[in-house]
Amino acid sequence: MNIIELKNITYKYSVGTPFEAVAVDNVTLTVEKGEFCGIIGHTGSGKSTLIQHLNGLVKPTLGEVYIDGQNIWSKDTDIREIRFKAGLVFQYSEHQLFEESVYKDIAYGPKNMGLSEEETDKRVHYAAQSMGIGDELLERSPFDLSGGQKRRVALAGVIAMEPEILILDEPAAGLDPIGRESVLSRISDYHKKNGTTILLVSHSMEDIVKYAEKVLVMNKGKVFCHAPTDEVFARQDEIVGIGLDVPQITKVTMKLKEKGIDLGSDIYTVERAKERILQYKAKGSIC
Amino acid sequence: MLKDITIGQFFPGNSLIHRLDSRFKIIMDIAYVVMLFLTSNYIGLAAAGLFMILIYVMSGVGLGLVFKSLRPIMPLIAITCILNLFFIKGDGEPLVNLWGFITIYTEGITTSVFMAVRIMFLIIGMSLLTYTTSPIALTDAIERLLSPLKKLHFPVHELAMMMTIALRFIPTLIEETDKIMAAQKARGANLDTGGLIKKAKALIPVLIPLFVSAFKRANELALAMECRCYRGGEGRTRMKQLHSGAKDYIALLIMALMIAELVLLNIYVPYLGIPYITP
Repeated sequence: MNIIELKNITYKYSVGTPFEAVAVDNVTLTVEKGEFCGIIGHTGSGKSTLIQHLNGLVKPTLGEVYIDGQNIWSKDTDIREIRFKAGLVFQYSEHQLFEESVYKDIAYGPKNMGLSEEETDKRVHYAAQSMGIGDELLERSPFDLSGGQKRRVALAGVIAMEPEILILDEPAAGLDPIGRESVLSRISDYHKKNGTTILLVSHSMEDIVKYAEKVLVMNKGKVFCHAPTDEVFARQDEIVGIGLDVPQITKVTMKLKEKGIDLGSDIYTVERAKERILQYKAKGSIC
Repeated sequence: MLKDITIGQFFPGNSLIHRLDSRFKIIMDIAYVVMLFLTSNYIGLAAAGLFMILIYVMSGVGLGLVFKSLRPIMPLIAITCILNLFFIKGDGEPLVNLWGFITIYTEGITTSVFMAVRIMFLIIGMSLLTYTTSPIALTDAIERLLSPLKKLHFPVHELAMMMTIALRFIPTLIEETDKIMAAQKARGANLDTGGLIKKAKALIPVLIPLFVSAFKRANELALAMECRCYRGGEGRTRMKQLHSGAKDYIALLIMALMIAELVLLNIYVPYLGIPYITP
């Protein structure tokens, strides 16, 4: 079942002024329920604008958006219902914290949904636990926490709404390696446990390869490709061609190939590279 | 929404008006205001208006913008008009007389039109200063013009620096407000509907993060300035010196002639069939 359906979405900035520009250009896209989809693309490739279409923060100039089979811009749709269904976490989401305690901040979303105290309490605890926020932090001020903790509180604030789709714009940007790992692995665990559809925007190919099942590549406002991770990274040359990065380990094997050591062109994790190198050493060649 | 405000904006260009010395521009802007308030008849007002339009044409700033800049002050103009319309008493019979206490005289109509036009000319003319002068040049000029006050230990440089910083961060703050609003909307914030109190309450989740980041940014900026050994205005030289030349003095002379002309108009043609406006 397709939980997200975009039909010929076009979005133009500043229509009717000299600054008019196309941010998203005739995008048609479907995302299945339960999919973990990574989104990559240059700065300015339209990723951020695209994801803001999914919860109705941005209205497409042309085209239709369907969330869970519902046209979000039809008259009888309550846009706030859509926002609870498609939870969006912005880049540097810790900037949205405002309450006096972590608990209250996480409860802001559920309260806006009009849930009962009891249900809110349950959701806050579950969301906090999913993001690794211990009970001892719940009564602290969010402004006293470390950067990584703040980020996880902000994520919990959206997760507590229990959206069917969780859209994350660079959730690990600006964190140290331990912080990155702790945020991303928790998102991945949450996905596995609850089957939530996840869209993850990232600049790090390593992260995409590690967590995503499918990858959406955006280029100049258009969908370059949307396919399982294997298929996308098998097209390394094209991806490099549009100016995007490939995982570091893939770069290494590409260089090795140039030097005459062909380990195969489907390597993008260190584990697989290790396997192939051992294979290569044993047999003197692949296949 | 927030981006539509044009008052105080700067439109880069290379016209004669853009190139005038910013100090002279400020003085002339003040002179223009004085001029508008000096004139007391329609001929003088028309002359001032023509003069203003001429300068606009010279500056190359689009006239569409001018009307955009008027929109926020429309309520002010409307109130002025209404007050003048009902409270000015003329000599003759009232034109309209409702129940004996609401009266409109010919003088009331002419005065309210005069006032409305004067306020419009005031805003349009003064806007041209910021339209054609970069914020940096503007604050530089203010600092130079106020520099005699330094003798009285007035912190002129600090004031100018504060203005520069404030102007610099307006677009940043607007951008940030938009971002935080989007983030809170994504969490179901209802910013557009409800009564006044409800709306004000709904703004708290936007204002708190905005203040937090503004203070943080101020702190970082202060630290960065300190790291580069900023110590205020004492003995500080400038990268771009303000230069005044013949064109600036000529512009000032034209302005002086305009004022002289309007004063003469006031003296010799106080009535012209159109009632004299008492301040």
